[in-house]
Amino acid sequence: MMDHSKIEKNLGLMLVMVLFAISIGGLIEVVPLFFIQGTVEDVKTAEGIKMVRPYSPLELRGRDIYIREGCYLCHSQMIRPFRDEAMRYGHYSLAAESQYDHPFQWGSKRTGPDLARVGKKYSNEWQVQHLTAPRSMVPESVMPNYPWLLANDLDYSDVGDRMAALRITGVPYSTNKAEYDRNVKDFGAEVAKQLHIPDAQKSLIEQAQTGNYDGNAANVSEMDAVVAYLQVLGTMVDFSKLDNDAFVKYR
Amino acid sequence: MSQGNTQHANTTGHVWDDDLQEYNNPLPSWWLWAFYLTIIFSIVYWVLYPAWPMGKGFTPGISTITYKNDKGVEKTTHWSTRALLMKDLQEAREMQKPYFDKVAATPFDQIAKSPDLSNFVASAGKVLFSDNCAACHQSGGQGKMAFAPNLTDDDWIYGGTYDKIQATVASGRHGIMPPKGGANLSDADMDNLANYVLSLSGEPSDATKAAVGNELFHGKATCFSCHGADGKGNQDIGSANLTDKIWLWADVPGAGSADKKVAAVKAVIASGLNKGVMPAWGGRLSADQIKLLTVYVHDVLGGGSKK
Repeated sequence: MMDHSKIEKNLGLMLVMVLFAISIGGLIEVVPLFFIQGTVEDVKTAEGIKMVRPYSPLELRGRDIYIREGCYLCHSQMIRPFRDEAMRYGHYSLAAESQYDHPFQWGSKRTGPDLARVGKKYSNEWQVQHLTAPRSMVPESVMPNYPWLLANDLDYSDVGDRMAALRITGVPYSTNKAEYDRNVKDFGAEVAKQLHIPDAQKSLIEQAQTGNYDGNAANVSEMDAVVAYLQVLGTMVDFSKLDNDAFVKYR
Repeated sequence: MSQGNTQHANTTGHVWDDDLQEYNNPLPSWWLWAFYLTIIFSIVYWVLYPAWPMGKGFTPGISTITYKNDKGVEKTTHWSTRALLMKDLQEAREMQKPYFDKVAATPFDQIAKSPDLSNFVASAGKVLFSDNCAACHQSGGQGKMAFAPNLTDDDWIYGGTYDKIQATVASGRHGIMPPKGGANLSDADMDNLANYVLSLSGEPSDATKAAVGNELFHGKATCFSCHGADGKGNQDIGSANLTDKIWLWADVPGAGSADKKVAAVKAVIASGLNKGVMPAWGGRLSADQIKLLTVYVHDVLGGGSKK
């Protein structure tokens, strides 16, 4: 046995040993998940198209604003596999559903409700009205007002750079023809167009104008982006086509 | 421990600042045994539950869970929180099943006559309504001016029978009225029309302007084609009844003066409507839940109509 005076009198050695001791727990819990098959569920349509896709440029900017405004401080995006959560929020969250989130927005504290499946639950108008003045829709709400989202024009000048940064972490945004073709195969042609970095600004403007999320077709506001993001949350996997226990086998 | 023991005590052997020493006493035995017990507990746990990673998989443990999925297929699998949830949901389904089956089997208008069923609808319906509908229609179904209609009154945009309510909940709605401003009608035209529309509900209006508006309504402005010649609307296409003093998009009751009432109606005529979007709940709620909500809206909120 090593004499503890040796460790106690040698700061460098103690530092190394402390680091080693405290990383054991974390490493044992985390590292195997990178190797176990099915940690991230394989969710495909019958035609072999991946159901979970990376965010479109507009949704991505919406997500950035969601993070900027600190929405995650009150809202989680993680429905746990419990009966009460299934009853209230719907199907539990899959690892696959946040595979392109960097950083993920799971959260562990709910002052407001979980938002993992809020997409399409309410109309765009409701989201706009509620973000502008939450208490006008839900009198007992304690959510702050975010009126500037509607007033601010969205800065999308750097959306391509933001996608390129995520691409480095492994999100399949495409920069060239080969990657684009791979996306067509994986996600379908419609989605692949949205994931193409050279066309990012064009597809962002296009989605904002077709979707007209903020009710004002004349501009692309931050509200357009946030609502586009909220409306896609939890909607990519079509659970109606699957048995309710389709994802049990992955655990 | 008393000071006297110091001489015989087992110390770590360090001496700091001449006489400062550190005890090296054994751990209390209760603590040590509790520690050994946690080790025994973990071994039992490893045997029963998924525990050790093994290459691309893991040791599943010998404990199993048997559940039926929503298709009624029985499956047995190693213990996992997801399988446990399936079992919980199955138990919940089976507990509620007698009630849901009864609701499904009972014709709409008979449900209110059974005290047992109407209690179930009132309590389960309230939960569903609060979670899904109250965000727009508000907690008591009273609706919200210029946003979502009141569900407790007798006025229905798309019809208040059981069937119509069920269809609305399942497939959603989207209110559209073409804008009449700009090239279509002049400002004076819309002013006259607004006065006529207000006069239909007995609101204060300028009789001369209303008379001109009457002609526009039935002529150039083509309002009659949706709202009907009598202005009573058409529930099949969701055009509002303009004669019932109930307002959704133009805040006439909240407008302080006659001028403001005209302005409120005029604004709707000018820009039309492309809102009032109610999401479809068919994908999110089951058919049973939708039927239950239908009965809740019709009977418990109380605005439902017979025909």
